[in-house]
Amino acid sequence: MIEERFDAIVVGAGMAGNAAALTLARKGLKVLQLERGEYSGSKNVQGAILYSDMLEKLVPDFREDAPLERHLVEQRFWMMDDNSHTGLHYRSDEFNEERPNRYTIIRAQFDKWFSKKVQEAGAVVLCETTVLELLQDAYGKVIGVRTDRKNGQVGADVVVLAEGVSGLLGTRAGLRKTPDKSNVALAVKEMHFLPQETLEARFNLRGDEGAVIEAVGTISQGMTGMGFIYTNKESISLGIGCLVADFEKTGQTPYGLLEKFKQHPSVAALIAGSEVKEYAAHLIPEGGFKAIPQLYGDGWVVVGDAAQLNNAVHREGSNLAMTSGRIAAEAIFQIKSRRDPMTKENLALYKKMLDESFVMKDLKKYRDMPDLLHIQAQNFFLTYPQLVSKAMTNFLRVDGTTKREKEKTTFRSFLAARSLTGLVGDAFRLARAWR
Amino acid sequence: MSAEAAVRVEDKLYLNRYLVDAGRAHIKVRPHTTPSPQLLSLLNVCPAHCYEMNSTGQVEITTDGCVECGTCRIIAEPSGDIEWNYPRGGYGVLFKFG
Repeated sequence: MIEERFDAIVVGAGMAGNAAALTLARKGLKVLQLERGEYSGSKNVQGAILYSDMLEKLVPDFREDAPLERHLVEQRFWMMDDNSHTGLHYRSDEFNEERPNRYTIIRAQFDKWFSKKVQEAGAVVLCETTVLELLQDAYGKVIGVRTDRKNGQVGADVVVLAEGVSGLLGTRAGLRKTPDKSNVALAVKEMHFLPQETLEARFNLRGDEGAVIEAVGTISQGMTGMGFIYTNKESISLGIGCLVADFEKTGQTPYGLLEKFKQHPSVAALIAGSEVKEYAAHLIPEGGFKAIPQLYGDGWVVVGDAAQLNNAVHREGSNLAMTSGRIAAEAIFQIKSRRDPMTKENLALYKKMLDESFVMKDLKKYRDMPDLLHIQAQNFFLTYPQLVSKAMTNFLRVDGTTKREKEKTTFRSFLAARSLTGLVGDAFRLARAWR
Repeated sequence: MSAEAAVRVEDKLYLNRYLVDAGRAHIKVRPHTTPSPQLLSLLNVCPAHCYEMNSTGQVEITTDGCVECGTCRIIAEPSGDIEWNYPRGGYGVLFKFG
């Protein structure tokens, strides 16, 4: 298809791929970006929340023309049982700032915009092109890719693998293993459309203000999982995700969970009368620090979800994707400027730079969290939410029982469910993993 | 429960846009007589309900409604039960919102 050689090929046009392609093209490298969708974004699925700081490092004035939905002023955490939720809300007028920190976005639209920036920077963006395999020389060095286009081989000094969470190419080429089912979550999501005024009234929003609800509890049926509700301008992104291994074990259906979440009395009122316009599903890397594979080798680097870079505790992924894409590109540029070859030894610079960034530091901080939450799913996602709900209703219901007796009842319910050693142990393990 | 859920998920998939690559399924189930536990789990786990049991007890796939999440690859490729590829460029699910 293309006879010429490129300095770099970027596989994939999601957050990581676009960040890498943009940075490489701006530095004057000859870049080819390959995307299998009809445009950047048409295969990409996310909640989605955009983090300004990481995008500002790539497109400082993005607020001028990026398709943003709402800036977030309120975060709600819900612990749910079948009929109730206990919530922690944080809302601050300080989030109504000139340069807001977080926005909701709709990925298909946002990525299209991001891709335009990549093209303006001079990268060749080729869509509707699926990469079938990595081309390797006799020594295993990656020297290009083979696509499904006619005469579809194309060469480059380095291939940036921004191929997404499943990482088909890298795993096929033996660069890393397929993610384990206990380290990825499957999330399903629907887009619910409502009149703007209705949406703003239901969520107590003015103007472009937005709110986020993240929910755990009986909605995941004892599996490690979370529900989410994000407000866009005229729509709500609503979904739920659980570990793939848990789905496999329990035989629960993802759409069954989604329906139950939607029918929960705390949720149903928020989406009543909405028109659903899309149903999507996606995998999310949940293994954290310990699941990060080899990030570089002879002629290649891996970025974003393909590198399993996702902070499960803070629900951050797209910012780690963008940052890893940008840092990989900067490392490649440095090597290129020294006229050095794209060897494993030289590309180790990417890992070194990533280690010094918030990406690896944050993931390292929470390295024990996945083990704790994945193995103790029953306690954290079923038992405690039920206990807290019982405690709350006991606290609030006025029925002539003395307050001292009520406290005793609550304490006894915790003891009966988890025992004193269990309670102390859970608190200790949580604190240690959080540290 | 399963039959009822299947009806509902088809209603959901109906909302999506697809460009189906007729005659070129991107995921294939390896021929088998008795399905493995992994393969059986896909009957429920697949969010698009692409996997179904036929009348003689084998698991079959229809990829037309596939949302390309990769879950079945994670579960059943290691055991050799399925062969998994992306659709050809431009084909498959076309998200309007994502």
